[in-house]
Amino acid sequence: MLDNEEFMLDTYPRELTQNPLKKIWMPCRNGHIAQRRVCMTNCPTLIVTVGLPARGKTYISKKLTRYLNWIGVPTKEFNVGQYRRECLKIYKSFEFFRPDNEEGLKIRRQCATSALNDVRQYLSVEGGQVAVFDATNTTRERRGTIVKFAEQNGFKVFFVESVCEDPEVIAQNIVQVKLGSPDYIHCNSEEAIEDFMKRIKCYESSYQPLDEVLDRDLSYIKIMDVGRRYLVNRVVDHIQSRIVYYLMNIHITPRSIYLCRHGESDLNIKGRIGGDSGLSARGKEFAKHLRKFIQEQNIKDLKVWTSQMKRTIQTAECLGAPYEQWKSLNEIDAGVCEEMMYEEIQEHYPLEFALRDQDKYRYRYPKGESYEDLVQRLEPVIMELERQENILVICHQAVMRCLLAYFLDKTADELPYLNCPLHTVLKLTPVAYGCKVESVYLGVDSVNTHRDRPENVNVQRSTEDALQTVPAHF
Amino acid sequence: MSGTQRDNGPANSTEAKKTDLRMNEKKCSWASYMTNSPTVIVMIGLPARGKTYMSKKLTRYLNWIGVPTKVFNLGVYRREAVRAYKSYDFFRHDNEEAMKIRKQCALVALQDVKAYLTEEGGQIAVFDATNTTRERRDLIQAFVKENAFKVFFVESVCDDPEVIAANILEVKVSSPDYPERHRERVMDDFLKRIECYKVTYQPLDPDDYDKDLSFIKVINVGRRFLVNRVQDYIQSKIVYYLMNIHVHSHSIYLCRHGESNHNIEGRIGGDSELSPRGKQFAHALREFIDEHELSDLKVWTSQLRRTIQTAEELGVPYEQWKILNEIDAGVCEEMTYEMIQETFPEEFALRDQDKYHYRYPGGESYQDLVQRLEPVIMELERQGNVLVVCHQAVMRCLLAYFLDKGADDLPYMKCPLHTVLKLTPVAYGCKVEMFYLNVEAVNTHRDRPLGNIPRDSAILHRRNSYTPLSSHDQVKRPRLYSAGNQPWLPLAPTPSALMPEGRQSQESLCEGIDFDSPEDSSGCVRF
Repeated sequence: MLDNEEFMLDTYPRELTQNPLKKIWMPCRNGHIAQRRVCMTNCPTLIVTVGLPARGKTYISKKLTRYLNWIGVPTKEFNVGQYRRECLKIYKSFEFFRPDNEEGLKIRRQCATSALNDVRQYLSVEGGQVAVFDATNTTRERRGTIVKFAEQNGFKVFFVESVCEDPEVIAQNIVQVKLGSPDYIHCNSEEAIEDFMKRIKCYESSYQPLDEVLDRDLSYIKIMDVGRRYLVNRVVDHIQSRIVYYLMNIHITPRSIYLCRHGESDLNIKGRIGGDSGLSARGKEFAKHLRKFIQEQNIKDLKVWTSQMKRTIQTAECLGAPYEQWKSLNEIDAGVCEEMMYEEIQEHYPLEFALRDQDKYRYRYPKGESYEDLVQRLEPVIMELERQENILVICHQAVMRCLLAYFLDKTADELPYLNCPLHTVLKLTPVAYGCKVESVYLGVDSVNTHRDRPENVNVQRSTEDALQTVPAHF
Repeated sequence: MSGTQRDNGPANSTEAKKTDLRMNEKKCSWASYMTNSPTVIVMIGLPARGKTYMSKKLTRYLNWIGVPTKVFNLGVYRREAVRAYKSYDFFRHDNEEAMKIRKQCALVALQDVKAYLTEEGGQIAVFDATNTTRERRDLIQAFVKENAFKVFFVESVCDDPEVIAANILEVKVSSPDYPERHRERVMDDFLKRIECYKVTYQPLDPDDYDKDLSFIKVINVGRRFLVNRVQDYIQSKIVYYLMNIHVHSHSIYLCRHGESNHNIEGRIGGDSELSPRGKQFAHALREFIDEHELSDLKVWTSQLRRTIQTAEELGVPYEQWKILNEIDAGVCEEMTYEMIQETFPEEFALRDQDKYHYRYPGGESYQDLVQRLEPVIMELERQGNVLVVCHQAVMRCLLAYFLDKGADDLPYMKCPLHTVLKLTPVAYGCKVEMFYLNVEAVNTHRDRPLGNIPRDSAILHRRNSYTPLSSHDQVKRPRLYSAGNQPWLPLAPTPSALMPEGRQSQESLCEGIDFDSPEDSSGCVRF
């Protein structure tokens, strides 16, 4: 979705020109193409977490931020705990958080203010669209201050409260993320846990959860018992509705996601992109090795997904397990360049080839797609991956890069150059606030299909320069 | 998700047969992987809380995305049993005779639900009744458990008297129960009817009695929602949908781009510019918008030149959506129908056989289009007044959603150039007004071909690309070419008319959708 920003100033109808990189038709004034901004909201949104310590606020903040950035909404999180650590330098004990510690309260208030200033900077000046204000925000007073701040700056506010009284969940949180926190670097586990429990107690007495009546005019989602139940109040726009949907689909049940590409295909061997070819002999070999690997991993209730292209389906067929086909997992559509070698693209479309190297994420093949389009196409897949537990996704190079970028929080600049070689399985296991990655090469030779960004991306460059990084093929 | 999916062993044959029919119905649906067992959605709420509105809308949406769904409205059953409705006395909770009849109706309805879900290929049944007592809900739960269905409750709670009065006026005054339609009398009787229910109403109790149920409580027409224990993908989609719909009046305007140069040449697809008449239309469209004085009208276009050029003429901001692009005709892009028939005669025939599921080689099908357009529909539900300038196939899909047209009718809906359709939600449906803007254009509509298309009793057989498979119910549906069976099996015999000589190669392996069921009956899916 793009916004047309210059309508006020022109006469109609305006001439259209196609942006050569993104292949988007835009009105052009005096030969200048209007600058466009992908915009999902009218005004910036401030997401505010609410909840006692160890309720998953930071987990939610980081995950939400990662998701929003991946779908193209510039988002940043502001963790007040970080500000406090910067201010205090050394954490002594839970005493700092005691409700009667005047000095402590002053510092904490300052930190919150400082964080809010940075939020304002990010949303109003730096072009951010969503800021996640990650703190306990457990009193109505603190939340009132934030609402006023947002009003003054023209931001919308959306609260995300996490309520949980399950002692096991809380204990697990503490073990997973608090023990390794900079606050407890000099303590042993028992001391850390004890101190942290006391810290929680400090907040409990003054905790005022979002109330159905008193807070009925606020927009919020209350997450109860790690997603068993949700209370959603006054969702006012598209981005809030997407956020709610996302939060309602994530879970914390331990599981692993396996990503790999199809086995080597006939077109791979010839150095051609796209198409719908079958597996080469080595590709079939890989499929057998994949089957063995999966069996050895002994995974509980593994689901298998493929695209609707022959090479992934043939790979899955060897596994001897049921699988789902998703058209959305199909490889990026290279449009007029389908089934070409890079040498041929350089020969027939040297300008396109150069543009692609200039901005590989946004570049759209003529009559094809861009990585940016791919991300939009893959969003329902990501949403469903979040809902799933153990799962193996057999897909394609560009698709795997997009999925990997989501899980590993890679930027649009890094995404198109992520390394996703053939015959290699990546095992992703969510851990603490991120994702552990294990790469397993299954020992079957294949061509290399990874093309690095060449040094010279100028449209005037020589053929030699253009083809500098093309991988070898038969 | 449930744990029963792991089992790779050959399925029990009667089980397999029972579910085969349902699985046939869901072939190729991108939404088919969503649920394992059929789901019963149970509405809860006092009268005039929008239960039927939500039931019908939800059903329309689910069918559109490819999940066979049907509404079972208890009021209809009651009206069958008790021919003449006299007054609200029928609904008094101390009216034993009536209570017996009402319970009987519920049981009959549940039997129909069972038939729909187990024998007729249904995936979701929406049980639309008040279901306000625990006793009634326990009865339903027992039924659901007995049949191994899933259950999801949707409760509508509303205490805003204005909303309730408006509901009554909009839908109850014209109900078959009130043929005389005398407003005040209807309002009066209906309010008394509501009071009858209030006496025994036990709302869902999330903290105690009902804490293990899966449900969504919709409060005050969507101001607030309480969501409990969503079990699977389809329930999560239902929740998302219910959270995005609203009841504020708004209108959606659908039209195609102005006539394009390709249109004149009879070519499909491509990215051509507007013809002179197309530009005229754009101009007329601008006048149309001005005339209708639409406040805050949003304008959406695709990313193809012809819709953008049309919108440019309007002089208002517009948003470009790639997903509104016309259906991708793959290798047939920019050809005329004559050229397609000449170059790809089998493809041409296949398309006429099942236009909804037919996917152009290297391109898309209407079914793919529906999946692609789902975010547009969701956003249209959220918005106020919107004008969507799109394309023929896209407009057909969107229109089918609003007018509840099935897969059979969708690809043949008439969406002529230079005509604006105004859709206004009204009561339980959608009012359509058609505005032809008086600028001539070619006709791009190709009617459903009559008669002699060989109706292949099996499925579409493709030559050069993979037909999507649906592998929905993993355990119960072993496919011939998975689960350890030899993958390289020849195709089942096909009518030679469709297959060129000697083309059964290994490459054609995964084509065709369903080899499993010997009793493969009618080819086309009925939604």
